[in-house]
Amino acid sequence: MATAAHPAAPQVRSHAHPPGFFRSFRNRLRKLIGTDWLGYVLSLVAAVLILAITTALVWQLWTQSALSRAKFGWGFLVGRTWSPLFEHLGALPFIYGTVVTSVIALLIAVPLGLGAAIFLAELAPPRASSWLAFLIDLLAAVPSVIYGLLGIFVMVPFLRQVVDPALKRTLGFLPLFQGPIYGVGLLAGGLVLAIMVVPFIISVSREVLLAVPRDQREGALALGATRWEATWGAVVPFARTGIYGSIFLALARALGETMAITMVIGNDPKIRASLFAPGASIAAVLANEFVEATTPTYISALIELGLVLFCLTIVLNGLARLLILATSRRGGAPA
Amino acid sequence: MSSPGIGRVPIVRASARATEAGAVPEAPPRIEVSHLNFYYGSKQALFDISLQLPTNRLTALIGPSGCGKSTFLRTLNRMYETQRHTRIEGEILLDGENILGMDVVALRRKVGMVFQKPNPFPKSIFENVAYGLRINGYEGKLSDAVERSLRRAALWDEVKDQLQKSAHALSGGQQQRVCIARALAVNPEVLLLDEPCSALDPVSTAKVEELLFELKESCTVVMVTHNMQQAARVSELTAFLLDGHLIEYNPTPQLFTTPSDPRTEAYITGRFG
Amino acid sequence: MITRHRFRKITNAVMLTLTGLCALVAVGAMLAILGFLVWKGAGSLNWDFFTKLPAPVGEPGGGMANAIVGTGKLLLIASLIGLPIGFLSGVYLSEFGGRPMSFLIRYVTDLLSGVPSIVIGIFAYAMVVVPMKSFSTLAGGFALGVMMIPIAVRGTEESLRTVPPNLREASVALGASRTTTILRVVIPAAFRGILTAMMLALARVAGETAPLLFTAFGNNDWSPGWTHPIASLPVMIYNYAISPFRDWHRQAWAAGLVLLVLVLLTNIAARLLFMGRAAEAER
Repeated sequence: MATAAHPAAPQVRSHAHPPGFFRSFRNRLRKLIGTDWLGYVLSLVAAVLILAITTALVWQLWTQSALSRAKFGWGFLVGRTWSPLFEHLGALPFIYGTVVTSVIALLIAVPLGLGAAIFLAELAPPRASSWLAFLIDLLAAVPSVIYGLLGIFVMVPFLRQVVDPALKRTLGFLPLFQGPIYGVGLLAGGLVLAIMVVPFIISVSREVLLAVPRDQREGALALGATRWEATWGAVVPFARTGIYGSIFLALARALGETMAITMVIGNDPKIRASLFAPGASIAAVLANEFVEATTPTYISALIELGLVLFCLTIVLNGLARLLILATSRRGGAPA
Repeated sequence: MSSPGIGRVPIVRASARATEAGAVPEAPPRIEVSHLNFYYGSKQALFDISLQLPTNRLTALIGPSGCGKSTFLRTLNRMYETQRHTRIEGEILLDGENILGMDVVALRRKVGMVFQKPNPFPKSIFENVAYGLRINGYEGKLSDAVERSLRRAALWDEVKDQLQKSAHALSGGQQQRVCIARALAVNPEVLLLDEPCSALDPVSTAKVEELLFELKESCTVVMVTHNMQQAARVSELTAFLLDGHLIEYNPTPQLFTTPSDPRTEAYITGRFG
Repeated sequence: MITRHRFRKITNAVMLTLTGLCALVAVGAMLAILGFLVWKGAGSLNWDFFTKLPAPVGEPGGGMANAIVGTGKLLLIASLIGLPIGFLSGVYLSEFGGRPMSFLIRYVTDLLSGVPSIVIGIFAYAMVVVPMKSFSTLAGGFALGVMMIPIAVRGTEESLRTVPPNLREASVALGASRTTTILRVVIPAAFRGILTAMMLALARVAGETAPLLFTAFGNNDWSPGWTHPIASLPVMIYNYAISPFRDWHRQAWAAGLVLLVLVLLTNIAARLLFMGRAAEAER
């Protein structure tokens, strides 16, 4: 690397005897590495850069949304109309869509994920369990746009032709399952999110379940509990803070997820009771409208939506990490 | 029959108790083990063990660590089944019925177990003791049964005002007695104790030992211990295991005063282990 | 009592079966995703896909050569930004960090990893696109790079922590400086783990679409240099999938298959590398 830094070293004589200048540079470099502070300073600079980037991120979100915050105030969060043309901008339809789809996602993903985690941690032979967990980890690595692709071309037609009509027939007395069926809509958004967050619930829950000491399981079995009773009555409660953590983590993922939901939610910023109706989420409106936004207020309002999303996910992530940490630190004993 | 300061009771007194209890081996057997072999994978851990555990007596299992005493204990309620690649041969009769063919849930209801390290569930004291009753669909009044069990475990006076407190907040000795109460709540016929005092301080140990004397009036107790004084103090019968073989099984006073096998003598005089 | 016992046994069997079904559904989802992409995508894959530019609307054929190169260029910029910062910060946390500073860095890194990718896109837009007055490879790469940082930090720190302290002490006791010790002893010992983390970080951002929408934007042609809008596979999939053209849908499936195979192979390779390390440690 020394030669690279000095390509024009003046008097190159032979490899065995580097020129004085070259040698002194190498020596200097060696001396530099021989100090304690070089590694310290370099790595500290990088660490400080992370601080700077994150600060810049928060600062940008805050200042760039100033216009919108000044104009709409707190009313932005509860405004029900989104009409960029007249600059009536309220975030409620997007917040509604985000929350509803995330709730649907959790309602499906939590039982499914927890069930699968229990199977992998408690019942499957260790070898099979780690292979299945490997497959499920890969599921978490599938890019979101691919879920969207499958959502548009596979799931939405299936919902339109099979699932939605069936729901309407059986549960149609509920306002949730009334109205015209499009295929795209809140239900489709929630479903695709559910499939996307399941791997997170499984892999975190499986790990906290595996960390439960064996004597808890045996304690219950020794009292004549069946395998399921020991799992559900002793092992799962022991790991419950960690499991809550995995759910919060999944929720944070669901809230911030963009591409898949943009592709199937229908993108109509209205609040409707029916889950069949198209809706919109914060992330989806950003993906759809940011590039087309023209007026400063419009852009600023979109960035404020980004700020809202940022705050939501940060709070949830923080809670999730605290819970998971509490489980691992206290060996799982909840308060 | 509670004897204060039982922790200091000398060996002689314990042997006197055993003799008082009558001709020990003649008590009818509750558990009969014959030709028991046990394997972890391809490694054999127990070799052709045969013995009878008399009703309402306390039998101690002693031997150096790794001799198979805990393994043997875990065959009596089939707890070994929670481990993988284990294999068992032979016969274990509980009241004449082979436990290897029994429904394992019913078996464990009859044969309770207390572990080496206290393992209360992260629930309240009350819920811990009530757990076994709840899963078995207990029909009577839960609070009465919980009180009864806590009294039998000599813990009632210490915790009666804080039954809703988490069991994890108790001291180690109290936790272990919660675990004993939890096991007693379902009225087991047999109670297996796997070094129940190894994680306890001397005062708690004395309390647990005192409790054992009461337990064996209604329960057949099998206890693994690494502490020979403890075995001598509390048991009527003692079995000495070495490398998976049953070396000697005799009334406790006899085994400790006139062992019939030189290996037993070597062990109890402290020459190994 | 008997009936209660039977009820418990039945509950036991039913619930245990249900958990198995849950696992089956999750694994089935994975296999279904793979299956659909192979089924729908493989038919549209041909040599043209890898070598030609996108065809204008209405004309059949064409490929995504520019998007494949574009994804490569974006990942290059992202790696140049994300990996060094992430790696060095990981070294800082594991080898140097004092208490308050480490806590702060860890906290901020966690925070950064929780930021939704679309928000990272807004950030890159404000930081790079606005000052440069143009969508660009640099802006897209910056967004992806920021997303790589937390993964690289955590992976590096965790790997370095598995190096036993006595190895460091042995080196320092021989008169080596801390810098030398880290360079010559600690990092080589943790090399596989660090490489795994870097590959996972790369795989993670390779499929990201949201942060590219208004940073790299998209391009139907080649993008010269680093300061022009640039096409990428994920954005291409998105645009083609929501388009009304059947031919583009086919292309989207093909691109989806290529992207998925790329991401999964990187993932599997990274994990195999890591497992290899675990096996080595056992020996």
